[in-house]
Amino acid sequence: MSAHPEAAGQHAHAAHHDDHHDEGAHGSLKGYLIGFGLSVVLTAIPFWLVMGEVLESSVATALLIMGFAVVQIVVHMFFFLHMNSQSEEGWNMLALIFTLVVVGITIAGSLWVMYHLNANMMPQMLHDMRSVP
Amino acid sequence: MSMHTPQPAEGPASFYVLEEEHAHPGSGTMLGFWIYLMSDCLIFAVLFATYGVLGRNYAAGPSPADLFDLGLVAINTSMLLFSSITYGFAMLAMVKGRKGATLTWLGITGLFGAAFLGLELYEFHHLIHVGATPQRSAFLSAFFTLVGTHGLHVFFGCVWLVTLMLQVAKHGLIAENRRRLMCLSLFWHFLDVIWIGVFSYVYLIGVLP
Repeated sequence: MSAHPEAAGQHAHAAHHDDHHDEGAHGSLKGYLIGFGLSVVLTAIPFWLVMGEVLESSVATALLIMGFAVVQIVVHMFFFLHMNSQSEEGWNMLALIFTLVVVGITIAGSLWVMYHLNANMMPQMLHDMRSVP
Repeated sequence: MSMHTPQPAEGPASFYVLEEEHAHPGSGTMLGFWIYLMSDCLIFAVLFATYGVLGRNYAAGPSPADLFDLGLVAINTSMLLFSSITYGFAMLAMVKGRKGATLTWLGITGLFGAAFLGLELYEFHHLIHVGATPQRSAFLSAFFTLVGTHGLHVFFGCVWLVTLMLQVAKHGLIAENRRRLMCLSLFWHFLDVIWIGVFSYVYLIGVLP
């Protein structure tokens, strides 16, 4: 809000009920533009990596894509969703951290279990599975 | 030093807050809506985990590399990204109390959202046309469930957006409408965050050899 002096006077009598948390809750033009610019770059690079077939290794490309995705999610959280440790006295951040823990357990746990089913089979069955073409 | 100075004589020392902190209107609503979004996040986590487990089970059917058109996905991604920034502009106009500008930016956001939905429906139609239906393989079942659920969210976001545009047009930028617009802002940006996971994990990593 303070970044827009031309609107300050109009705002003062138009809506003084949200004076307390407007900067955190709505962001600023600069913040949105920075977030948008970063998002464009962080989206364009993974698409370029795959469509241009830049790297030989699929694994390296996949890891890079996931890295860019994580960074872009943080950028969105910060610049568009205005997450910070102060909003709602920290309860927003607490709910987010809890959710991330559960999401991590769900996804990592599912993949871990489902891709290691062979280890849970009896030796004879494992032998049979390997002989299947 | 000054900490040991006794209280002035005119009143007893008070160790409680005399005035209630000024309550933020809509504050509880924003926290509640955030917790809803987090629960929505868990739905998508389960769908991502399902896709992660089943995503390579083609049942001798088509693979992502055969089906996905990355150019189309790139356009789709940019539609959602543009809609995010235009919704941000709508929020900035709302803060300044400019009803006309808010409605204009909301309208542009809705058009980008509709374009995203149109492209996604076109993609689904194309997939089903070439025989890559949800029944074809576990990969396609998981794909349609995950991407379809996201698309359904965008659809209801668009319905909500049009509803709020009518509300703002009729009643103006009153406190209730500001609160509703802030909730939709969270919802809309949240969908963009989910889409980052979709295009990275499902589309880009899916077509890698």
